[in-house]
Amino acid sequence: MPRLIVALFAGALFGVGLAVSGMTNPAKIIGFLDVAGEWDPTLMFVMGGALLVTIPAFRLILGRPHPLLADGFALPTKTALDGRLLGGAALFGVGWGLSGFCPGPAVVALVTGLLPVFAFVGAMVGGMAIYAWIFEWPRRGGVKTNRRVPKAPALR
Amino acid sequence: MENFTPVSGLLGGLLIGLAAAVLLLLNGRISGISGIVGGLVAPRSAEVGWRVVFIAGLLLGALGYMLATGGHFPVGMQASMPILIVAGLLVGFGTRLGSGCTSGHGLCGIARLSKRSIVASAVFFGVAIITVFLTRHVI
Repeated sequence: MPRLIVALFAGALFGVGLAVSGMTNPAKIIGFLDVAGEWDPTLMFVMGGALLVTIPAFRLILGRPHPLLADGFALPTKTALDGRLLGGAALFGVGWGLSGFCPGPAVVALVTGLLPVFAFVGAMVGGMAIYAWIFEWPRRGGVKTNRRVPKAPALR
Repeated sequence: MENFTPVSGLLGGLLIGLAAAVLLLLNGRISGISGIVGGLVAPRSAEVGWRVVFIAGLLLGALGYMLATGGHFPVGMQASMPILIVAGLLVGFGTRLGSGCTSGHGLCGIARLSKRSIVASAVFFGVAIITVFLTRHVI
């Protein structure tokens, strides 16, 4: 229960931060990405402000034996610069450049109730489901779904 | 640069960073939004609780901000509906394939000095800039 309260609080703080930063407005994102247009460097200040906190804070926190409310840190374990990382980042970059939305701001912008935001988020969740369908669902035929499913081998 | 808002940008960034630090310090979790949302449509349905609650927090925080500022929440759409849907599919699929988005790789990964996150961030920023250049100045 305490961990759920922390997750709610961290989520709310994250949501307020995104709203304050103006990054929930795709026009601001495109303004940054459009280096040949009327360039708006705000995104650099948002990333800078966040990294100003996370770089020293993560260093201190990850020096601890474990988090305050859990047995261990859940950190990514992969280290390889493989095709999936590069290909995934590139596909994400195309979608981000086309729309001006990345996942966090898009979810937060749902509070406006605007139909295009719902369409984007719906498609985004659909894209995630397609990924899960291709790479994470076990083969049909009696494999239990509640056990850990090994990742498919990397694309070659 | 008439739309440049460095003060609110920096303030918002600090809050986002603080949120990521809180989640890591107390729960030991990375604030990667694509991972948190994507984990809900993955076959192993473990840890649904905190993911749902975190997303609820995102929405409540934004709603609180909207109420506190008298409904000020500009969202200027940059693409037509069909393009938005294609972009959404690419963002959803791409962030899962690439193991992260602007928050997971860009914020938390870079803060951990993860080589994968630094490379992924360079790729999605670079590709997004090229995409905007091509769609706004070439096509």
